[in-house]
Formats: sequence, C-alpha cells, structure tokens
Amino acid sequence: MAQMTMIQAITDALRTEMKRDENVLVFGEDVGKNGGVFRATEGLQDEFGEDRVFDTPLAESGIGGLALGLAMQGFRPVMEIQFFGFVFEAMDSIASQMARLRYRSGGKYNAPVTIRSPFGGGVKTPELHADSLEGLFLQTPGVKVVIPSTPYDAKGLLISAIRDNDPVIFLEHMKLYRSFRGEVPEGEYTVEIGKANVVREGKDISIISYGAMVHTSLKAAEKLAEEGIQAEVIDLRTISPLDVDTIVESVKKTNRAVVVQEAQKQAGIAAHVVAEINDRAILHLEAPVGRVTAPDTVYPFAEAENIWLPDENDVIAKVKEIMNF
Amino acid sequence: MGKNRHESLGLSDETVVEMYETMLLARKIDERMWKLNRAGKIPFVISCQGQEAAQVGAAYALDRTKDVIAPYYRDMGMVLAFGMTARDLMLSAFAKAEDPNSGGRQMPGHFSSKKLRILTQSSPVTTQVAHAVGVALAARMKGENIVSLATFGEGSSNQGDFHESANFAGVHKLPVIFMCENNQYAISVPIKKQLACERVSDRAVGYGMFGATVDGNDPLAVYEVVKKAVERARNGEGPSLIETICYRLTPHSSDDDDMTYRTKEEVEEAKKKDGLYLFRNYLLETGALTEEKDQAINERVDAIVDEATDYAEQAPYAEPESALKYVYEE
Repeated sequence: MAQMTMIQAITDALRTEMKRDENVLVFGEDVGKNGGVFRATEGLQDEFGEDRVFDTPLAESGIGGLALGLAMQGFRPVMEIQFFGFVFEAMDSIASQMARLRYRSGGKYNAPVTIRSPFGGGVKTPELHADSLEGLFLQTPGVKVVIPSTPYDAKGLLISAIRDNDPVIFLEHMKLYRSFRGEVPEGEYTVEIGKANVVREGKDISIISYGAMVHTSLKAAEKLAEEGIQAEVIDLRTISPLDVDTIVESVKKTNRAVVVQEAQKQAGIAAHVVAEINDRAILHLEAPVGRVTAPDTVYPFAEAENIWLPDENDVIAKVKEIMNF
Repeated sequence: MGKNRHESLGLSDETVVEMYETMLLARKIDERMWKLNRAGKIPFVISCQGQEAAQVGAAYALDRTKDVIAPYYRDMGMVLAFGMTARDLMLSAFAKAEDPNSGGRQMPGHFSSKKLRILTQSSPVTTQVAHAVGVALAARMKGENIVSLATFGEGSSNQGDFHESANFAGVHKLPVIFMCENNQYAISVPIKKQLACERVSDRAVGYGMFGATVDGNDPLAVYEVVKKAVERARNGEGPSLIETICYRLTPHSSDDDDMTYRTKEEVEEAKKKDGLYLFRNYLLETGALTEEKDQAINERVDAIVDEATDYAEQAPYAEPESALKYVYEE
C-alpha cells in the first residue's frame, strides 16, 4: 500500500473520482495550471483537460453560484475556496442557496457540490487563512461538514463527499497537509460521512476531537498513559451530522469526557458535543465534561499562534482536572 | 390598419395574440392577488404589473421547449409563457402543499419548476444570475445548444453576483442572456441614486459582451433584441446584456407604500405607457385582434383566474411534519 501525505491523498481522491465519473468538475482560483496554491489539484488539468479542471476569476460568490447552476444540470462540482476565511464571500451561495435547494424545491432539485478548502492554524498564516470557521455551518441545515485527520480518511471521505447528493464542505487542515504520511489504498474506497472513529481505546476518559487536534489529543493520551490514565480518543471526522452514538457509547464506558477543538470556545462544536452528552448520558458522568479550545478572540498573528492554539499540555491539564473533579 | 411589425419578425397573428393573452393573464392573476391580500386571504403579493411586455416578449424569443430561465420574483409573465399555470401561481400565493414552485416553503414569486426548466431562486437578489451562468457552462460542456436567460431588476445590477457572473460569462463566451427589467426603483430608491452610468446596458462593455437597451413596454421590440441575443448565444458569440425599460406600476409589494417616495402623477403618467394596453391597441390596429376576440379572451382569462383562485383556496396546506423533510437526501 502506498504511503502518502494528506495532500497526495486528496489529489488521489480527486483523480479517482474524475476518472470514474465524467460529471465531476474541479474549479476555483489557481486550481488549473498552477495546481492550487497547495498543489492539491496538481496535474489534474493536464490529465482531464481545461473543460473539467479550470481556473475561475477571483469571485467566491460567483464560484458558488456557478457550482449550483452546474449541479442543477447534473454535474458534480468540486469547487475550491482558496482559504476558508474567504468563505464569507461565498456564504450566501452556500448557506442560502446550496443548503436550501433540496428543501425549497420539495426535493425536486439537489446540490451535489463539494466545497474543498484549506483551514487551520499552526503554519504561520494569520487571520482569515487559519481560522476554524466550521462552527458556522453546524447551524446550517442542508450542508454536511467533514474534517479528516489522516491521509486515509481524507481520500475516503473526499470520495464520499463527491458522491454525496447533498452539499459537503470538506475542510483540509493546512498543518496536516504534509506533516506525515499514512497508508492510502490505491483506487476506490469510501469512508462513511457521519461516522466518528475511535482512534485509541481507553477506559478512564474520552477525549473527543477532530482535525489537527486529534493528533494533539493522541500525544496527550500517550503521556497520560505513562501516568496511568487510559484515555480513549475519538476522531469525529464529520462535524455535521455529528455521530452522537459513538460519543455516547464511549462516555458511558469511561464516565468522563473532554472535548478538544482548535476553534474559539463560544457556541462551538465542543459546546454542542457537551450538550449532546448531557442530554443522553448525564447520569453516567462522574464529572462535568471539559472543553479545551482557543480563546474567544480573533485568530492571532504568527508569533502568538502557538500560545493561542490549544496544545497537548492544555489537554493533559484539562484531563487531570476532570479526573480529579 | 396600423403598420404590422410582427410579421417581419416572423410572428403570426396567432402567436402575437397568444403573447397578449399571456400578458393579460399575468396582469389579471396579479390583480386578483392584491384583492386576496387586501381581503386577508393571502399574506403577501409582489407584482409583475408594468413588466409583462418585457417578460413575455423575451420568453417568446427563447426556445420554450429546451432553453432554461432563471427568473426573479416579478416574472409572472415569463413563467406563464414557459408553461406555468394560473393554478400553480395561486397555489404558491396561498402557500399550499400542492404549489409546484416550493410547496409553499418560499415567499410567493420564487418561481421554480424542474420540469419547465425554471430554476429556483434564493431571496437575496441576484443569486439566480450566477446559476444561469452555471447552466450555460453545463450546456456548453454537454454539447447542448441551450441558452439560459436570467432576469433581474436594475437594483440587482449593482450586486456583486451580477458582476461576478457577467465577468465569468464574458471570459468564457457562454450562451447566457442577462436581461435587466429596469423598473426605475429598487423598492424606494430611484435609478439616479443607484447607477452612475446612464444605462444598465452600458455595463456590457466592461464584460466584453453585446449590450442593448430597449423599450420594455413593447413586447415586439423586446422579442427582437432578445432574439438577436439568442442567435448570438447559439452561434457561440457569447453572452448579452439586455436592458428593458419598464415601470413598476404597483408598490414594491403588498407591504409597501410607494407614495412615500414617488408621486401619484408620476405613476399615472407611466400608466399611459402600460405595455399591456399599448399592445392591445396595436393588435386591434393591425387586425390581429378584434374587439369581439378581445372580449372572448378577457372572459376566458377571468374564468381561468376564478378557477385557479377557488382551487388554490380550497387546496390543503402542507402537513406541519413535512417542514422537517427535504433537508438531506432520505
């Protein structure tokens, strides 16, 4: 099996689906000849031609509207928002158009659009490049939000996203693009959207996370194990719809939980996970559910980001706090 | 006998009378909706009155068996010409389950029919323009000789989506027509406070496309220029920006009082140029229509509107549980 970086796995997923289905189109700013600012679409224009892989003018709202028009005619657009902070420009096309197309047409139209976008901190790109904005879409019924943490999941989830008959926002953490390699099978395979993954088993506490924070959580879990605390780590993989069953099953076993996210605290994914645990497993809890998050401030300048972002020490401290409650 | 202009456009007497009947039907449905609103039977009306000539003239210039339209909320005349029925529109006004546009889920005037190739629209204005560009690109890629036409008000021509869409279509020479129904007001804001250029169509040059301004009260003039744009599109000559000069004869909506920002005299003056009556006079003058035929048409249209009103009023509302459906694929 091939060892790939996440960015290679993403390119591989795009190539796999473009070969399989001629209705799959890739477009956005600099995705053609340049192959994308992170090279996620490298070589695709040469392989599939300028009709199926094309550069757009700098116009995010227009890109979103174009994608929807194409989708209504039977295509499966994979549009790129160059940095997820730029999604505000495309917000109407995603939240008020794509997300509601099925509902408002009573199921007659649907929008099989995949919106790929790099996001996430830790690579010295300040605000509007590094922001974690996924929470905005948790309150947007009609779209799904997927955030892989491994090359394997990135390929399998992206193929699922492209095949999905509803709009899927596929967020690619920039720090994970090239930081490690993982096994990625050749050819087609899918990872189901809406299913979390228990990436480390443990009996004492559940650490629930997604994206780059899965790796932070795993590092914390290793150190905690040295101190005799066996943490279970759950990679949500899909933020919306959330796999509450897997979370609740784990919490019922461990009776304690900490949710770790890179985004700011207020009204975030972690808050939602805490609420779901309280709704479905509160009598199994030995302690309140802890949250590890960034502060409720604007994503900071490069020199401050390592302090601003949660790290494994923050996770360890919060886990100990919950264990000693 | 007046000068016959439709024959040289290749339109038969029968076709122009059909166009007139479509305009009349739109007007009478709209007028009925106002009465229903004032009687407290429907919550909201947004009118086509004053723009029917432009809408029907443009629709007839398209191939109504294969082309795609992305209308905006005033385009009752256009969607009727594309096959929507009075009953469909009344079901939408009453927000009944059987409404084929959105099952009563959207505001009235948000037209949609996959079967009739009418794209659904979002309430923030101008979003439909980008969708029409997507449709045109899809048609080109599939090798289908289809034209898409998006309509919008002059207010919408100031939105980013108009400019982003026009630019993309211009760069790729797509078979799409941008038709502005310039009704002089963006709710209360007059055109002088909206545009620095003289005409909306002046903007065409910035996107490397054909642009023209035409009298929106004259369905034949609109037909002629849109037909030219359609031919350009089918011949691979790219998009066009057509501005039709209209006047919004009603307040913006049933919740608006237009006397706060324009005068009664101005509206009365505009009514003298009402395309519906000018076209009727033209048809009478050319002999395509007679007073007797016109009376028969009026009676038929009245009966259609009555039937549609009764049907829609009696139709059931959607089950509240259905509000939870169609969010994701089931």
